Amino acid sequence: MDAEVLISYFPLYTKAFGLTVKIGLIGIGIAFVIGIAAAFFSYFKVPLFSQLSKVYVELFRNTPLLVQLFFIYFGLPKIGIRISAEVCGAVGLGLLGGSYMAEGFRSGLEAVAGSQTESALALGMTRGQMFFNVIFPEAFSLSVPAIVANVIFLLKETSVFSAISLMDLMFTAKDLIGLYYNTTEALFLLVIFYTLMLLPVSILGNLIEKKVRYKMFGA
Amino acid sequence: MGFDVLLKGSNMLRLLTGLWVALRISLISALISIVLGVALGSLMSLKKPVITVISRIYLEFIRIMPQMVLLFLVYFGTTKALGINMSAETASVIVFSLWGTAEMSDLVRGALGGIPKIQYESSFSLGLTTFQTYFYIIIPQIIRRMLPLSINLITRMIKTTSLVMMIGIVEVLKVGQQIIEANRKSSPNAAFGIYATVFFMYFIVCYVISMLSKHLEKKWKS
Repeated sequence: MDAEVLISYFPLYTKAFGLTVKIGLIGIGIAFVIGIAAAFFSYFKVPLFSQLSKVYVELFRNTPLLVQLFFIYFGLPKIGIRISAEVCGAVGLGLLGGSYMAEGFRSGLEAVAGSQTESALALGMTRGQMFFNVIFPEAFSLSVPAIVANVIFLLKETSVFSAISLMDLMFTAKDLIGLYYNTTEALFLLVIFYTLMLLPVSILGNLIEKKVRYKMFGA
Repeated sequence: MGFDVLLKGSNMLRLLTGLWVALRISLISALISIVLGVALGSLMSLKKPVITVISRIYLEFIRIMPQMVLLFLVYFGTTKALGINMSAETASVIVFSLWGTAEMSDLVRGALGGIPKIQYESSFSLGLTTFQTYFYIIIPQIIRRMLPLSINLITRMIKTTSLVMMIGIVEVLKVGQQIIEANRKSSPNAAFGIYATVFFMYFIVCYVISMLSKHLEKKWKS
């Protein structure tokens, strides 16, 4: 391994790292919003929306992100929907993540004891208040292990972005290997940067999981 | 919309052949992962310090490394560093087996740890031998817990194998690309139809398998 090569590649990787993290975070943010909305619809069995969210969850949980991105990035422009690679990456990750988050929240919501709902209603809360102030916070802490696993999964999935020519870590590594053939150095830095991105998330996730385990309500 | 390209020549058949390439890789890897995962998971539940440390490092590395990075490490890295020249398909089977074994061993460890101690004690006090205890009491319970999860792993394996096109294997997505390129003049909108078809192909395969796992989970819950 050549130290000089490593140093000269370093700035390229930090730039790609920033882009990967940025799009990853936006995608995860979208995933949370979609996931909560879909779980809300299916919990209250909102007509039409609950069926739609069920179809959405099954469609996106059972297809790979690479295929989804190809469809959004190369397929949709043919019927007049044209979006940039960055938006496509964030939206694609958000749609994939939304379906996983929805499943996570749904199982959390199902695990909340029925007496909680009844008590909340008996206290005179509206159904909206009950959901957002009582049921959802409890379900959220029950879903934490699933959420942590999903966040790690989604950050890992960002590696697929290189297929739609986003200049992420994977793309940079591939590009450098193709240009200069310093395979060992390029792959070494790739592993280092992904470790930098995901090891803290993994450790933090474990800590959070341990913390919320003591905060089980109602059970 | 570009769906007409599918009916031209043997395009549909080519796509299905491509899908089979991806499925074959994932099924072989899933099989290897289940066997090795059960072995590693059983080893891990022995709680020997050396095994624990090594398996923890292995599991954590696989947990945080994207499968695409692992593919590149094995396919390009070994060629350059060790001089081993393997086919892309071999490399992907190795990568997905490494990944699947890690996932599977964690599930096996969890399932083994989830069997209450009282199950062992009761069967011993009934006079069953160690072999009988495992064969009639413990293993049937573990299979019930494991089977839905293993089936789930297979669908995840199938979804992940779509990545193999990035190291040059001609699977369904690559075949789709080739068809789109070849018909660029005659049907410029082929990208929509082809990619939508590939999307639904993956959906049908994974949906059927995940329904099976859900069904088993419900059936055995009681």
